[in-house]
Amino acid sequence: MTMKASTRQVNGVTVVDMSGRITLGEGSVILRDTIRDLLGKGQKKILLNLGDVTYIDSSGIGELVSAFTSVRNQGGELKLLNLTKKVHDLLQITKLYTVFDIKDDETAAVGSFK
Amino acid sequence: MRNRVSYTLDSTLDSVNKAESTAAQFAARAGFNADEQDNIAMAVREAAVNAVLHGNAHDPAKKVFLVCERTVDTLIITVTDQGKGLDPSCVPDPLSPENLMKGSGRGIFLIRAFMDEVRFRNTHPGTEITLIKHVGGKPANAKEETT
Repeated sequence: MTMKASTRQVNGVTVVDMSGRITLGEGSVILRDTIRDLLGKGQKKILLNLGDVTYIDSSGIGELVSAFTSVRNQGGELKLLNLTKKVHDLLQITKLYTVFDIKDDETAAVGSFK
Repeated sequence: MRNRVSYTLDSTLDSVNKAESTAAQFAARAGFNADEQDNIAMAVREAAVNAVLHGNAHDPAKKVFLVCERTVDTLIITVTDQGKGLDPSCVPDPLSPENLMKGSGRGIFLIRAFMDEVRFRNTHPGTEITLIKHVGGKPANAKEETT
């Protein structure tokens, strides 16, 4: 299953609904391009909805970290929403779970942006 | 499915997907549960990524060799490249504070996390990585070896 990403605006926050696999190649590129496009348009409050992401490999994890860093370096915030158990476990063992701001409720997540 | 299969693969992303799916099938037939199957498939995927990207550097003249073997209670998967060789002791720890926010460098860590035994061998030129998973868990004498 290839990765798809679509964006929508909710109270000034860009929610990116992602589905499929974030892996080396197309998946990672789509994520990178999506974040780059949003930052280029000045949209710096980004909520990545990973609820339908079935798989992330080390390249995908790296891409999430790079996205987080890119947004933060431009004064924005990037948060994660609706992690599956697999993604949750991967972020735990890579010690990234505490790095990201991770939410499980979209309304609360949108309201948490500064 | 036979108890041993071997493939010679091109240095492409398609080969990475082939290695992953082959490992998943083997793991399922070997009796591992769904989570273990996923973890084994991911470990093999990471090994194949290393072989294609870092070992063979996408060189179309170089191949990746995948061998999957199943015994009564063990799954053994070997991924070999024809690159310049890898010293696993030189791979930075992705969990250390200075590396935590890096965009790469987690592949071997994940392989070690998901498999019971991981062995590296320099094949001059190239690197062979052997991934071992025991049905029912890790034996007391399991360890990582480099030769």
